[in-house]
Amino acid sequence: MYNYSEFDSQFLAERNAQFRAQVERRISGALTEDEFKPLRLMNGLYLQLHAYMLRVAIPYGTLNSRQMRVLAEVSERWDKGYGHFTTRQNIQYNWPKLRDVPDMLDALASVGLHAIQTSGNTIRNVTADHFAGAAAGEIADPRPVAELIRQWSTDHPEFQFLGRKFKIAITGSAEDRAVIRAHDIGFRIVRRDGETGYEVIVGGGLGRTPMIGKVIRDFLPQADLLPYLEAVLSVYNLLGRRDNKYKARIKFTVHENGLDTIRALVEDRFADLRPGFTGIDQQMLAEFQAAFAAPAFRSGDTRAFDTAYADSPVFRSWADTNLTPHRADGYAIVSISLKAHGQTPGDATADQMRVMADLAERYGHNELRISHEQNVILPHVHKSDLPALYAALKQADLATANIGLISDIIACPGMDYCALATARSIPIAQEIATRFDALKIEQDVGPLKIKISGCINACGHHHVGHIGILGLDRAGVENYQVTLGGDGSEDTRIGERAGPGFSADEIIPAIERLVFAYLDLRDGPQETFLQTYRRLGLAPFKSALYPEAQPRSQAHAA
Amino acid sequence: MPRTYTPKVVTASDLLDGDVIYLTAEDQWSRDLSRAEVITDEAHGQLRLLDAERQQGTIVGAYLADVAPDASGPQPIHFREEFRRTGPSNYAHGKQEALSNV
Repeated sequence: MYNYSEFDSQFLAERNAQFRAQVERRISGALTEDEFKPLRLMNGLYLQLHAYMLRVAIPYGTLNSRQMRVLAEVSERWDKGYGHFTTRQNIQYNWPKLRDVPDMLDALASVGLHAIQTSGNTIRNVTADHFAGAAAGEIADPRPVAELIRQWSTDHPEFQFLGRKFKIAITGSAEDRAVIRAHDIGFRIVRRDGETGYEVIVGGGLGRTPMIGKVIRDFLPQADLLPYLEAVLSVYNLLGRRDNKYKARIKFTVHENGLDTIRALVEDRFADLRPGFTGIDQQMLAEFQAAFAAPAFRSGDTRAFDTAYADSPVFRSWADTNLTPHRADGYAIVSISLKAHGQTPGDATADQMRVMADLAERYGHNELRISHEQNVILPHVHKSDLPALYAALKQADLATANIGLISDIIACPGMDYCALATARSIPIAQEIATRFDALKIEQDVGPLKIKISGCINACGHHHVGHIGILGLDRAGVENYQVTLGGDGSEDTRIGERAGPGFSADEIIPAIERLVFAYLDLRDGPQETFLQTYRRLGLAPFKSALYPEAQPRSQAHAA
Repeated sequence: MPRTYTPKVVTASDLLDGDVIYLTAEDQWSRDLSRAEVITDEAHGQLRLLDAERQQGTIVGAYLADVAPDASGPQPIHFREEFRRTGPSNYAHGKQEALSNV
């Protein structure tokens, strides 16, 4: 992992001291809220529905045990003893007091964590594949590049006042676990003729106008990464709209000007910028690559795993859903579900965070990851340790065997916390999970991703859910719209709106009808929900959702 | 016929802890909606909002929220205001916690 240099630590200490003084000036009355707001947002501090919220970046989703313990400590000392992991690999504290935030930031800085650029119209926390460095078949670990982009983008003077926020995601695998086509820029590490480079995707994004990113360069040599990225940002910064906040993201700049025009402008700007990059960035990248070198994987037999797998049905069930093949023989990637049925998706208590930190130290080469799907990953666990790990997870209520299943739901905080929300998300997620757990059909239904957003900004990624749920305010009542067939994988697709929305009472039975319809329609247990949907299209699912539907001409009036 | 005025309260967030607060008739800020001044006159509402907005050193983001007064005091009309007065639905935190400590 990357360890902070003295320069990094000092930069962070100075930044926190500045913010401490800004908070004091706000409290003393020397700063008005209008003056203070942009300053607090630059430091990740929001004012939400019931309290402040501090959003802390977990760069490219990677943590060590010490950092996880400090996240736990911060939640206990200054919050309510839990944290909420988000779809952008951040952690959010929902109840900080304004006076305490500078102390929280100092505590976080003691382990190299910060809240810089987790809000505002800047380049946000760079996200990455949560299986980085561990996934079988990966071309290269994307985290060194993510760290390079983080250092380049932090406090970059040209990009502190963009037209809108800017999100970058990167993967080193052909399989996309980072939803790179739904980001302002997505990078995929590729190899061509023995040379490493990047496929560059631009102009993706969800929100009120979802768009899938387009390939602006199919192969960018490794050494050209930063100048090219700077060129894209600089073209966007000049050309992007500032007259309308809803059309200010780069997806609109690309859409309105056309990909070819943008590409030509970027190439021109790139030609200007490239000579300024004389190789220091590549030296840094090499240092980061060394810092992120794989741990010394041990060899050893996996009999303990094989025995537990054969003898224990609950262990087998967990292993079947929560393990992913690892690049090293004898190892597995462990996904720890933060989606216990009926609990808030993505929440972990301080005790749970400490258990995960301890287990990572004991069995996982001291590494943890936060996934955009709001789970925690132990990327490197030797299979012989899995039975003991499972037993420890079970004790901490962290052994839910549901990764990728119907109760592994992404949900934004919604109107339970968020000032922007138009409806609640969390209770809908809790009820769906509880309902399907009671029906005992979760395993039978198989892979199915439900994603819930509490407003059109789509933090809950509902557009790319196999089943997406969007909570809206319809004439003063919570109303839930269903989209179907979305996909956040390398085959990214935006879901199709199924029809009129449902009330909070109607949405759970509606999802149930949809899932039972799938079970009836599928071509055997091997055909997933998404495959069935792609084979049959919207119509049969629509009939299940709206059994009372009038003939087409009248249904539209609803 | 003049448009009927929906009764309102002035609400904001506390500067220091972000909690939802309401302006009382005595010019105090209360965390309890039942103690809020119910405003039934549009001009008075604008004045009270100005009174609130002047208190930058104590509060953030004052606005007028619709209420329906009943025997137990003003009741929120929109569900967003219901959540603001109550707290989140997944944990008994915020105002619910304060109530359980009484």
